[in-house]
Amino acid sequence: MTSPPDAELVEALRAGDASAFESLVTELNPALLRLATAHVSSRSVAEEVVGDTWIAVIEGIDRFEGRSALRTWIFQILVNKARTRGKRDARTLPFSSLRRGDGDEPAVDADRFQGADGAYPGHWARPPVAWSSPEERLASDEARDVMLRAIAGLPPRQQEVLVMRDVQGLSSEEARNALGVEETNQRVLLHRARSKVRAALEEHFDEAEAETR
Amino acid sequence: MNGDQVPPMDCIEVVEVVTDYLERRLSEPERELLERHLALCEGCEVYFVQMRQTVTALGGLADHAPPADLDGLLAAYRERHPT
Repeated sequence: MTSPPDAELVEALRAGDASAFESLVTELNPALLRLATAHVSSRSVAEEVVGDTWIAVIEGIDRFEGRSALRTWIFQILVNKARTRGKRDARTLPFSSLRRGDGDEPAVDADRFQGADGAYPGHWARPPVAWSSPEERLASDEARDVMLRAIAGLPPRQQEVLVMRDVQGLSSEEARNALGVEETNQRVLLHRARSKVRAALEEHFDEAEAETR
Repeated sequence: MNGDQVPPMDCIEVVEVVTDYLERRLSEPERELLERHLALCEGCEVYFVQMRQTVTALGGLADHAPPADLDGLLAAYRERHPT
């Protein structure tokens, strides 16, 4: 990332440098939107939460003390607003949509492995098949849609950690500061989330391959 | 179980520790065991590579789509922080 260091950027934001503000918004808005979507019921509510976050940044930048990184501070504001808003919305959501917990799901469906009666219990029954031309295909619009849909279907905490760590490229410490999730738990959530995105890509590529056969 | 003895790893266990491995959070014996397994097991090697490819592809999602109301935010910003 070639962003200016925090102190410089904060100084520019306080001094009324609109282009610094614009590039910060442009850089962070997609990630903020994705994070907000994890907690609230609709895209439009998520956009509202993100808008409120930016207003809080505009209002609060003069008081920002630099105890955390600027971006972490902004993520914290967003997460707090989104969680509050999400709790309010949750009361009106159907029961089933509240049941999406972070339960102890396996990274790969158990039926992909041999059972106790197999020749090699615990080893692959249906191993994954290497993706052909992965760089090209993973960069396609289709793969992008598959990933975005998979992310949207994750439980909120998994979604938060995945967006911060893998999409936004923040460190585990930054994610811990913004989300208040300890590293061990963070790795569990991250692994569940990555596994589901991988599974979604696998399903998509397998279908595409079946069509060409 | 004493600390020196780590049971051999099955594929079903390998797929659970890939992130711990990538984050360098496995103990030394666990790491060695995993690497030995990956070297010998094609299915797990493919799984491991796909997880890394997934992480890389997720990083490519950090797009720069402007927000719907950039103009509104800029107006609010200019009002609060005049040059």
